[in-house]
Amino acid sequence: MADMAAEGKTPEVLFWVGCAGSFDARAQKVTKAFCKILNAAEVDFAILGKEEACTGDPARRAGNEFIFQMTALQNIEVLNMYNVKKIVATCPHCFNILKNEYPELGGKYEVQHHTEFLQGLINDGRIKLKEGGAFEGKKITYHDSCYIGRANGIYEAPRSVLQGLDNDLVEMKRAGSRGLCCGAGGAQMFKEDEPGDKRINTARTEDALETGASIVAANCPFCITMMQDGITAAEKSESVMVYDLAELIVNNNGF
Amino acid sequence: MIQQIIFALVSIGAIAYAIKQFSSIRRNIMLGQDVEIAGDTGQRIQNTLLIAFGQKKMFKRIIPAILHLFVYVAFLFTQIELIEIFVDGIFGVHRFFAPYLGSLYTFIISFIEILSLGAFVATIAFLARRNLLKLPRFHKNEMTGWPQLDGNLILYFEIILLIGIFSMNGADVVLQSLGSEYYPQTGNFAVSSWLGPALFGGLEESTLIGIERFGWWLHILMVFVFLNYLPSSKHLHILLAFPNTYFAKLTPPGEMENMPTIMNEVKSMMDPNAAMDDVPMDEELPEFGAKDVFDLGWTDVLAAYTCTECGRCTDVCPANITGKKLSPRKIMMDIRDRATEIGQNLDSGDLKWVKEELRAEATTLTKENYDDGKSLFDYITREEIHACTTCNACVEACPILIRPLDPILKLRRYEILTESAGPGDWLPMFNSIENTGAVWQLPDARDKWRDEMLEES
Repeated sequence: MADMAAEGKTPEVLFWVGCAGSFDARAQKVTKAFCKILNAAEVDFAILGKEEACTGDPARRAGNEFIFQMTALQNIEVLNMYNVKKIVATCPHCFNILKNEYPELGGKYEVQHHTEFLQGLINDGRIKLKEGGAFEGKKITYHDSCYIGRANGIYEAPRSVLQGLDNDLVEMKRAGSRGLCCGAGGAQMFKEDEPGDKRINTARTEDALETGASIVAANCPFCITMMQDGITAAEKSESVMVYDLAELIVNNNGF
Repeated sequence: MIQQIIFALVSIGAIAYAIKQFSSIRRNIMLGQDVEIAGDTGQRIQNTLLIAFGQKKMFKRIIPAILHLFVYVAFLFTQIELIEIFVDGIFGVHRFFAPYLGSLYTFIISFIEILSLGAFVATIAFLARRNLLKLPRFHKNEMTGWPQLDGNLILYFEIILLIGIFSMNGADVVLQSLGSEYYPQTGNFAVSSWLGPALFGGLEESTLIGIERFGWWLHILMVFVFLNYLPSSKHLHILLAFPNTYFAKLTPPGEMENMPTIMNEVKSMMDPNAAMDDVPMDEELPEFGAKDVFDLGWTDVLAAYTCTECGRCTDVCPANITGKKLSPRKIMMDIRDRATEIGQNLDSGDLKWVKEELRAEATTLTKENYDDGKSLFDYITREEIHACTTCNACVEACPILIRPLDPILKLRRYEILTESAGPGDWLPMFNSIENTGAVWQLPDARDKWRDEMLEES
């Protein structure tokens, strides 16, 4: 972003990468896949790079409003300095907080999650999903992330993208607004579980495996980690794969 | 004449006592803080109409929705009949509206009878579901003792009420067919016209009059019992669902409430030109978040009194499903029970509940000087609030727009901001965000992936 600003250019959209997308090895693959799609669709985009900081979601949900306000206000200062208008995020937690909670702090942007953004690119014909791609006829199930689904009411966009991949989309018994959490939200990702009978991701993985799908599609870096852990623990990592929607598109089209 | 006097006295007594109880509930709700009711009034009215009147969210589960609808609609329409019962009771007349309304009267009573029959079937089904099928959500840890009894009691009341209605109407129909003096013709009631003769056919006139009077009194007495039972019952939802859906937040469920005090403090820390005298230094350390009912919004307390303990929230809570202690329903029940406890202590007026440092000068006990040494944390354990994944499943599930997530997050804020406590696991994450701007402390640059990607291509 700094380079573009120096050249006096304004990108079409700012890609908010997020901590997971920047540092987590698994989520980096999603970040790269999404960039490939943006390039293929000739979207003029920028990232903040080293100027991006955590949005503060886990701190705020844990109850630490001070840490949240500090990091959020710094981010807003940077975003406003670059006069950012439109943001796309691959992490539902970043998306939710940027969209719903930054405005009250003085950060007002048009924010989209990459699921909706991808659907937009497909609808506008900027990317065309190849027919008879890698997933034709394969059984895919979709795991709704809480912060895209219930928190923001987005259930259709991810499903419509998946349907474009010519596959057999099967729903889990708990899907859509009744989808079960993966167990990572509310800063649970950063602590041990409270005592209980089983881990939440185990329960959710059971839902996914029950469908008999060979691919679990998700759109959140934390859901991907949780589902992958659950599948590995169930010793199914040979036969069942967890992918982000962006990765599925890249694999389908061979970008 | 004696009946009229008894009726008037009983009515006045029952209504006066109910008013007293309902004002206590109102006071308890107002123990919470002022809340700014933001957003479109039209949308609020629409929510009330669709979700409270229309029961829209109940229809996610069709069978309980239909059963519940019978009881609910029967309840609504029986209120029409209640008007006549009052007129008859006070003026000592019988079926006052019948001659004026003619066949419309027959229709209204028949309609109520059909709904009542539906309500009867639903009530039996509800009792079976609770006690024979033992639906898991009715048998969680928090559903023992009073909540369990409460759930059944109201169903027994409903059955007694229906027995009252049908013995009153049934005996009336038979008396009409005998041409009894005080029982004018009202046309054929949909249910009683066959149920009445089947049950009471062939009885003496005086016995029938006894049954009719018994049914009439049973009906109205149950109404009064019900009215005065409501304030201590989960069934308060039949009234509070309306204000609760009206005052429910219109913001997306994912949006967490901002804390302007902290925002402004951080803003002034970041702004080198900010006047330092904006922040009074000598003030007592402020408390953030909620540790007691006084720190919640009054709408949170309203929600707690509105909760009907159906357990749809707990049924879908990922923490609860996997055996953790958290139950969103219990959170709401705890807030209500704590508010009721404070209310009872306030009612006692006993100065021993005044904050210790103010006790010497205090002359009255108020919510401002109240301190019984307890808080919500005596009801809700840390383990419960730590187990929440903020997934909003409870919020989505509530048929009357309660958001159990709000108080959970407010309790977390108290723990972290005021007590500097909370799960130790979170400290590295807090420190890392503060020091490096990322949730993990990592040596890599934030955009290392980009460099890798450029190399790859």
